[in-house]
Amino acid sequence: MAGYLVRRVALAIGVLWAAFTVSFVVLYLLPGDPVATMASGGLDGEPMSPAALDALRARYGLDQPLIVQYGTRLWDALHGNFGASIQNGQDVGAAIREALPPTIQISLAGLAFAIVFGGAVALVATYTSVRWLRQLLMALPSLAVSLPVFWVGLMLVQLFSFQLGLLPSVGAKGPESLVLPAVTLGLPTGALVAQVLAKSLSDVLDEPYVVTARAKGVGRVAIHLRHALRNAALPALTVFGYVVGNLLAGSVVVETVFTRPGLGRLTVAAVGIQDIPVVQGIVVFAAAVFVAVNLLVDLIYPVLDPRIATGAVV
Amino acid sequence: MSEHASKSSAQSVAEPLLRVEGLDVSYRTTGGSLSAVRGASLTVAPGEVVAIVGESGSGKTTLAQAVIGLLPANGSVDGGSIRLARQQGPAEELAGLSEKAFRSIRGRRIGLIPQDPTVSLNPVQKIGAQVAEALRVHGLADRRRAPIDAVELLARAGLPEPQVRAGQYPHELSGGMRQRVLIAIAIAASPRLLIADEPTSALDATVQRRILDHIEHLTRESGTSVLLITHDLGVAADRADRILVMSGGRIVEDGPVAAILGSPSDPYTQTLIASAPGLRPPCADTRAPAPVSAHGPLVEVRNLVKDFPLPRVNGSRGVLRAVDEVSFTIHRGETLALVGESGSGKSTTARLVLRLADPTAGQVLFDGTDITTAKGSAWRALRRRAQLVYQNPYASLDPKFSVEEVVTEPLRAFQVGSAAEQRRRAADLVEKVALPVSVLARRPVELSGGQRQRVAIARALALSPDLVVCDEPVSALDVSVQSQVLDLLGELQAEAGLAYLFISHDLAVVRRVAHRVGVMRDGRLLELRPTEELFDAPGEDYTRELLAAIAGRRHSAQTLEAGTS
Amino acid sequence: MTELLIRESIGEAAPGSATAQPVAATRRERVVRALRFLGRRPGLVASIVFVVLVLVAAFVPSVLAPGDPNVGVPADKLQAPSAAHMFGTDYLGRDVYTRVVHGAALSLQATVIAVAVALVVGGLLGLLAGFVGRWVDEGLMRLVDVLMAIPAVLLSLALITALGYGTVKVAIAVGIASVANFARVMRAETLRIRQSTYVEAARSVGTRWYVTLRRHVLPNAAGPVLVLAVLEFGLAILAVSSLSFLGYGAPPPAPEWGSLIAEGRNYIAASWWLCAMPGFAIAATVLSVNRISRALDGEWSRAR
Repeated sequence: MAGYLVRRVALAIGVLWAAFTVSFVVLYLLPGDPVATMASGGLDGEPMSPAALDALRARYGLDQPLIVQYGTRLWDALHGNFGASIQNGQDVGAAIREALPPTIQISLAGLAFAIVFGGAVALVATYTSVRWLRQLLMALPSLAVSLPVFWVGLMLVQLFSFQLGLLPSVGAKGPESLVLPAVTLGLPTGALVAQVLAKSLSDVLDEPYVVTARAKGVGRVAIHLRHALRNAALPALTVFGYVVGNLLAGSVVVETVFTRPGLGRLTVAAVGIQDIPVVQGIVVFAAAVFVAVNLLVDLIYPVLDPRIATGAVV
Repeated sequence: MSEHASKSSAQSVAEPLLRVEGLDVSYRTTGGSLSAVRGASLTVAPGEVVAIVGESGSGKTTLAQAVIGLLPANGSVDGGSIRLARQQGPAEELAGLSEKAFRSIRGRRIGLIPQDPTVSLNPVQKIGAQVAEALRVHGLADRRRAPIDAVELLARAGLPEPQVRAGQYPHELSGGMRQRVLIAIAIAASPRLLIADEPTSALDATVQRRILDHIEHLTRESGTSVLLITHDLGVAADRADRILVMSGGRIVEDGPVAAILGSPSDPYTQTLIASAPGLRPPCADTRAPAPVSAHGPLVEVRNLVKDFPLPRVNGSRGVLRAVDEVSFTIHRGETLALVGESGSGKSTTARLVLRLADPTAGQVLFDGTDITTAKGSAWRALRRRAQLVYQNPYASLDPKFSVEEVVTEPLRAFQVGSAAEQRRRAADLVEKVALPVSVLARRPVELSGGQRQRVAIARALALSPDLVVCDEPVSALDVSVQSQVLDLLGELQAEAGLAYLFISHDLAVVRRVAHRVGVMRDGRLLELRPTEELFDAPGEDYTRELLAAIAGRRHSAQTLEAGTS
Repeated sequence: MTELLIRESIGEAAPGSATAQPVAATRRERVVRALRFLGRRPGLVASIVFVVLVLVAAFVPSVLAPGDPNVGVPADKLQAPSAAHMFGTDYLGRDVYTRVVHGAALSLQATVIAVAVALVVGGLLGLLAGFVGRWVDEGLMRLVDVLMAIPAVLLSLALITALGYGTVKVAIAVGIASVANFARVMRAETLRIRQSTYVEAARSVGTRWYVTLRRHVLPNAAGPVLVLAVLEFGLAILAVSSLSFLGYGAPPPAPEWGSLIAEGRNYIAASWWLCAMPGFAIAATVLSVNRISRALDGEWSRAR
């Protein structure tokens, strides 16, 4: 068990390091001259004098050889220092920390909606023997993942804010302002949960051990909840890291649609003015969240699946 | 057959425990309705063991599923009746019973021992809890009592250390032990009827026999009736009082064991008996005459060893010795069989001989040349002379290829002949394996298992090799198809003087084809002797155990005794 | 033995069962079968028709909408859908229907580029990893793990930060973000096939490795990878339109589905059709493509 833990943590650190490297390659090598890119201030910035550019280059250490730049940035990143925003000079870490709370709020609310919606759809769809209800429920997730998230948000705003006047269309004041963003964010994620769980439930229900349970005389509800769900939840759990990453990425669009502050808005603003240090900070942060969630799942997994705990090959 | 049976049937002559009449079952498929059981009628008397024998697709499992109300979602009972006797009062009709009503019958009045023990237990629930559940759902034990009774049941099912096992998960138990757990579940609520659906076909022969013995012991003791579903006529003959033969959804034969085996009336039953390896008299074999070894041996294997690294345990890496100091020779025109249970190293040995794997130590000589470390062109040259026929004809043919492409693949690989010549050769080859030339344009999916295996044999023969290694070539096929393929292998050998290395777990099959037989266990070759000698006077205890486990043997022995007394 | 003839997949059918029947092979019978297959699936037929319409809109938009998408009649601005303007008009009086039809070209162009980038790069990486194995596989798959760890949208945004704005750049960014998916599927397929008994059989009859790759691995891997490509097409439409909505795509006034919605957003309170109509176009296209992908994914082979 200890060996398992050490291996997982080492793997997680490796992925993080590689994510840093990938983002470094994308953001600092691909543009050719990152300083010119940054200094142009997006599309409508004014050109700077060569001397000013050189000064900037020196300030960001970009006049050094690449390998030195990489080493320095990695070393700084290890100390939690991703540099400063080129727009306002704010520390990147501080900017992310500041933007985080509202994003965590809608992500958690969205996650809750996704699990309730996805879980309910999957359970009912695999349980019911009413044909049309099953088909309807199974069609729901594939419909939900086909809709553009930003469009769903706008349509919800149109309906619930402007037509019915029930909920606020923008802002982050009060719990009622959380409802529409959470539903918008949670809908595609919930659809994913529903699809994975329903597939895995119906696979499990075809397993011979379910026949064994039925042959004992166990009732359908008990089979569904006691035998099938626990086995089916295991494959569904493995997509959890992906689900959380989805929510984080979804916040980019959702926060724009609902004009809420947060990490998503910070991202959009940073990309808009090509603020490379901020974008890199956010990318590495997202990878860290993904890695942390997956690590957590890996640690929970053996508790739920005895086959892994005892080291059996599945 | 047994005292119990006659006694209990005497108690209730009028009413059988189970009476099925005119049962029709069909499946809804995208292509329309598919009839699986047609007008099946049968009875099972209290304490009686009735076997339903048939090949895959005969409808035997569907029939059993209908009786216990566990048809797949797309299956339905279209007509007929299934009546199950009650302790008191008139028999109860099961056909058309609601799911809820069936729940009180399943487990309590009809128990099921399922097919494959390795997948029939919930992997994330402890053994004890799964047995206890069978008691709890029928209110036979309370929360406190159930676990204690479960351990008692595990002990009755013959599981060693039941107390310990109850706290373990299924994956920690062997296949045979898991089957005992399933037996404990099936007998938990003391049902009067047990349905055993191929209860042992997923297990090794020796384990199989012990499990069947135990089921027999338990049910005879308690006077439980058994409906035994099996593809193996030998098992049915050994275990049942009465045999029903199913084919194409119909019951074609029904009678006491001796009558069915002695004078089968239905032609299908006759072929089934004729092709059941264990029941067949030993004289009927398909071997070519024993070879005269004018030259030296074709293959010589000296002290072959193969180790596989095991996963690291506590830092140290162990090895599994799959093949341990094995030596033998194969002559031209000879069939050498290696038999053993799964994990005995027989398949690995075959792969080493073919140089599809690297030996850890030892030597392989092919026609006098040392090929142990053959690489590059020497390795490719060997490919022309030694070929392999795989166990599973469903996996060994590329689904995208036509049969012609499959058969000519070796010719293309060595650029033998022009395209037209290759096509002609392909036609010759399929004819040789007794397939119509029209199959050349077909794809493997369109062929049956037996036909596919013939195609695989044709491919193996394309380059006119000296040696063909057959790795369980018939174990994935139905018995009647098995004997056809074995006959074909025999004819080809007689024609071309092929040498076979025949890998099998099935001693009955081996007896028909092999000139010499080697018995393997745990990587070692225990004994290697001419076939008759091995079967008549086995030198090792393990060989004797294997021979005793051949299904159908017991029946032959009984008839023999009956004949002499 | 279970009654395997009722099981769906013939490929894994009963060992030794005699269920496999010769499948009708003449051209006429095949056509009849295809028609019957489609006849039972009206949703699939509608999807195919819709995708064809979208393709027409992308290549010859004037067939479906003869007007100029960038010219409007200011007097007719912000009119609700009516007989004259099926999808209504926008704040400059331009016909929304015409703009949606003409927007298909840019949206589709970006999507095709994205899928092509992902398919080619991902497919080659996966093939390499699966076929060569060992450290190549190890290294490439770690890279794929990392790409999977960064949410696709963020990876695309990082690429846009570096590359700049524009439809093609957005398309490349979306394509690279889904390279990992293709690499994984292609590798899994390659590995599965490479370890299959029929490839070992080919090897043991002396077939050389490059022949095996061409004749066994590629044809058998193509199916699942193409299914993924069609599925990815739907995802790419969504991703491209998201990025256009955020304003990184084609500059105005060029019509593009995502940017049309972004434009309409300012009028959402009163003129719902500005946002709704292009959104319906996106949703319908994605749904149709997904339906077709599902049909390709074995539905056809199972149905016979």
